Amino acid sequence: MTASMQSSVGNPADEKLGMNLTLRIWRQKDPSVKGKMVTYKVTDISPDMSFLEMLDVLNEQLIMQGDDPVAFDHDCREGICGMCGLMINGQAHGPQQTTTCQLHMRSFKDGDSIDIEPWRASPFPVIKDLAVDRRAFDRIIQAGGYISVPTGTAPEAHATPVPKADADAAFDAATCIGCGACVAACPNASSMLFTAAKVTHLGLLPQGQPERDDRVVNMVAQQDREGFGGCTNIGECSAACPKGISMETISRLNHDLLGALRAGARPKS
Amino acid sequence: MPLDLFSVGDPIADTKAPTDVPIGERWSERQFRGRLVNPANRRKLTIIVVGTGLAGGSAAATLGEAGYKVKSFWYQDSPRRAHSVAAQGGINAAKNYRNDGDSVHRLFYDTVKGGDFRARENNVHRLAEVSVNIIDQCVAQGVPFAREYGGLLDNRSFGGTQVSRTFYARGQTGQQLLYGAYQALERQIAAGNVEQNARTEMLDLIIVDGRARGIVARDLVTGEISTHFADAVVIASGGYSNVFYLSTNAKGSNTTAIWRAHKRGAYFANPCYTQIHPTCIPVKGDYQSKLTLMSESLRNDGRVWVPKERGDTRDPREIPESERDYYLERIYPSFGNLVPRDIASRQAKNVCDEGRGVGPGGLGVYLDFAEAIERMGRPAVEAKYGNLFDMYAQITGEDPYATPMRIYPAVHYTMGGLWVDYDLQSTIPGMFVIGEANFSDHGANRLGASALMQGLADGYFVLPSTISSYLADGPFEKVDESHPAAVEAMQGVQEQVQKLLSINGTRTPASFHREVGQLMWDYCGMERTDEGLRKAIDRIQEIRKEFWSNLKVTGDWHSFNQTLEHAGRVADFIELAELMCIDALHRRESCGGHFRAESQTPEGEALRDDENFAYVAAWEWTPEGQPPVLHKEDLVYEYVHLAQRSYK
Repeated sequence: MTASMQSSVGNPADEKLGMNLTLRIWRQKDPSVKGKMVTYKVTDISPDMSFLEMLDVLNEQLIMQGDDPVAFDHDCREGICGMCGLMINGQAHGPQQTTTCQLHMRSFKDGDSIDIEPWRASPFPVIKDLAVDRRAFDRIIQAGGYISVPTGTAPEAHATPVPKADADAAFDAATCIGCGACVAACPNASSMLFTAAKVTHLGLLPQGQPERDDRVVNMVAQQDREGFGGCTNIGECSAACPKGISMETISRLNHDLLGALRAGARPKS
Repeated sequence: MPLDLFSVGDPIADTKAPTDVPIGERWSERQFRGRLVNPANRRKLTIIVVGTGLAGGSAAATLGEAGYKVKSFWYQDSPRRAHSVAAQGGINAAKNYRNDGDSVHRLFYDTVKGGDFRARENNVHRLAEVSVNIIDQCVAQGVPFAREYGGLLDNRSFGGTQVSRTFYARGQTGQQLLYGAYQALERQIAAGNVEQNARTEMLDLIIVDGRARGIVARDLVTGEISTHFADAVVIASGGYSNVFYLSTNAKGSNTTAIWRAHKRGAYFANPCYTQIHPTCIPVKGDYQSKLTLMSESLRNDGRVWVPKERGDTRDPREIPESERDYYLERIYPSFGNLVPRDIASRQAKNVCDEGRGVGPGGLGVYLDFAEAIERMGRPAVEAKYGNLFDMYAQITGEDPYATPMRIYPAVHYTMGGLWVDYDLQSTIPGMFVIGEANFSDHGANRLGASALMQGLADGYFVLPSTISSYLADGPFEKVDESHPAAVEAMQGVQEQVQKLLSINGTRTPASFHREVGQLMWDYCGMERTDEGLRKAIDRIQEIRKEFWSNLKVTGDWHSFNQTLEHAGRVADFIELAELMCIDALHRRESCGGHFRAESQTPEGEALRDDENFAYVAAWEWTPEGQPPVLHKEDLVYEYVHLAQRSYK
C-alpha cells in the first residue's frame, strides 16, 4: 500500500505551538471497493489532544475543503463504550494499553508519521474507512453469554452469598468492553479472549452454574461459525486489551469446554 | 413576561395515579386497576423500543420475555455501547442492608427533597419501592457488584445522602448493569422475540388516528430511510446534555428522537432542568470534544479546596493548610464535601468567579486525597478509586496520588424530558417515554446513583406493567408505508436530509454545535439571568437562520455519512436550546439545577418560589413562527412538606 494522494490541512497560524504530523490513513468508500492508504499532513497538534480529537481536527479541515471526512467509530470518548478502535502503527489502540479515545497525542512527537488502519479480520468487515462491523461479537453473546433470568423471577439478592474473591475475579473478566482489539491484535484473528472473558465472568458466579456447560460449548461454536481463527495462546490479545483481561480466562474457558464436552454438552445446531 | 416568547394554555394533570389510596399502596393499586393482555394475545402486539441503555435495553428484554413482538433500535453498532455504560458510581436501593435507618420512605423522602420539591411524589415513591427489586434482578443476572468478605453485597454512601444505600461495581457500575440488560436483550434476540436494528436512527414518529404507530428511521450504514410500524412506541433515547456541545455524554447522544416526537405533539417538560456535575476534568483547549466525569464517590474521601488568596499560582502542595479554603466543609459543616451536586457545582463556580480558581483559565478547584492517603494508606485508596485515578492521569498527564486533582463542573444529566403520566405515557397516546428521556422522577435536581435506579425501574418493572393497560385495546388496525401519515412523515425526513446536503455553505455542523453549546453554557448553565437568557434566545434564533443557510455537509445521504448524522442532530439541538432558554426565563425562581441570579437568599443559596412555581412546565410545540404553549401541572406535596433545602 502506498500513498496515492497528498493533501495538507491544519492551522498554519499557530504552527510553532503544536506538533506537525504525517498521517497515513486507510480510506475505503464501502465494502465493495478496494481501500488504500492516503497521506495527510496535520499541523499544530497539541500534546494534550486525544487521538480522536486530532482526527476531528483533520475532518473539520477535510469538510471545509469539500473532501470526504475520514469515517471512524467512537462514542463515549472515556474508554468504556468500546466503540472506538484503530490500528495505530500496527498496534491495536496504539502504543499504550488503553482505548484509542484515551490515547493522547503526548504519546507522539513532532515530525512523527502515523499509520492508521481499521481492525483487520474477516469477521469484522469494513463498513467505511476505519469503521468496521463487529456484530459477530453480539452473536457470540446471543449463543449463551447470559444467565436466563426473566424479569421478576429473581430471589432476594442476599440469598446467595458470593465469596469476595470470586466476585472480584468475575468483575475483572466482566470489564471487557467488546472493542475487538483482541481480535485485531491476534495473528489468527481469534476472538478467544472476548469469549473467555464472558465465560469466566458468568462461570465464576453461583448464578451462572446451571448454564455453564451449555454456555461454553455454544459460544465457542458460534465464534467458529463467525470465522474467527483458533487460539494458539500467543497472548497478543491480552497485551492489547485496554481492560487488561487476563490470559487466565482462556485457560478457564478451555477447562470448562473440556469438562462440558466430557459431560456430554453439545452445541445447538 | 412578554407574550411573544410563549403563551399559556390549559393546565395538564396526571390522572393515572390512584390518589384515593395512601401513597404506599398506589403502585400496586395502579397495577391492579390496569388492564392485562393475556399471554396468547401478546404475540399479536408489536412494540418499538428506541434506545438500548438501561431503560431501553431492560424494557426491550422484559417485553420480549413477556411475549410481545419487540423491534429494538439503536444508533451504535451494538446495544452494549449505550451511554449508560459510562455511569460510574452506583445504584441506590432501599435495602437497608447496613441497618442505618434506611427505608423505602427515606429514599422517597431524600429523592423528593433532593429534587428540590419539583418532582411528583407518586412517581418517586414508586421508584423507591421498585429499587429493591432491581438489585435482586441484577444479582440474579450475574452483575458482579462489590462484596464484603462474608460474601454479602457492599454498600456506600453517595452524594447528598446520610445512609449507605448505594450498590456499586468498582467505578463501573453502569457498565455492569448495562451488560446485564444487554445480555438479557441478546437472549431475547436469539429467541426471536426481539428484532434488532443496529446503527439505525429514529428520525420521526408516525401517528395514525391519534395513536403513535411507528417511526421513520435511517439506516446509518446504507443511508436507507424506512418506516417501521407497531402498536406502541417506547422512546428510551436518553438525555440531551449535548445541547451544550461539551458534556459528559457520549458524542452521539442526542435529542433527535424526543425532539421530533415533541414536534409531533408530545409535551416537553422542564427542559431547563439540567444537572451540572461538580467532579469533572477541566477543559484543556479549543479542540476539546467532550468532558470526562469522575465519579463523585471521590468526594467521600477527597477534600475540595481552593487557595484563600486570589491568583495564588503556587504548587498546591506548597500551599500551607492555613492558606487553603475547604469551602464546602466551611459553608456546609454537616454535609461538607458530600453536598448535592447542584450546590457543589455552584460553589465551585462562585470561588472561580472570585478569582480563586486553579489551573488553566482559573476554571478549576482542587480535589485533594493527601489526607485520605495518610489516613487509609495508598493501597486502600488505590483499591477504592484506582480506576478513577488512572483515568485522570491518562487524560491530564498528571499523577493524582502525588498532586491534588483539578476538577470543574460539567453538564452531565438532564432532569427535563418528555412529559409522561404515571403510566410513563406521553401526551401522544401509545408513545411511552422511559429513563432519562422522560422528566418524571428527579424534579429539579437528581441525586447521585439515582439515574441507574430510574432507568432500570422504568425498563424492568414500570413500563412492562403499565403498557399492558394501553395495549389491552390492541392490536390496532394494520398500517403500512402506504398510509398517508407514513408517506407524509417519510417525505418530511427525506426533504430534511436533502436540504441539509444542499445548502453547501461554509460552516461545519460541529462549528454550529460548538457555538450554540458555548452560548448555552454561558447563559443557560450554572447561573441564569433574565438579561442573559433573552440575549441567548436572540442569538439562538440567528444561529438557527445561519445554520439553514450556511451549513456545509459533504457526501450524500445514501451511504455512511457521519457528518450528515451530526447535522441532523445539531438542527434539533438548536431548536431545543431556544425552548430551554424560554423555560429558564419563565421560571423566575431558583430550584435545584436551575439557579436564577434574581432569586437567591441573602447567603446566596437558591431561593424557591413555591407560591408561583410549584408546577411542572410542560411545553407544547406550535407550528413555525408561533411561540410554544405552556401547560402547567400543579405539584402536590401530601407526604413531604415543602421546605427550603438546607445542607448546613
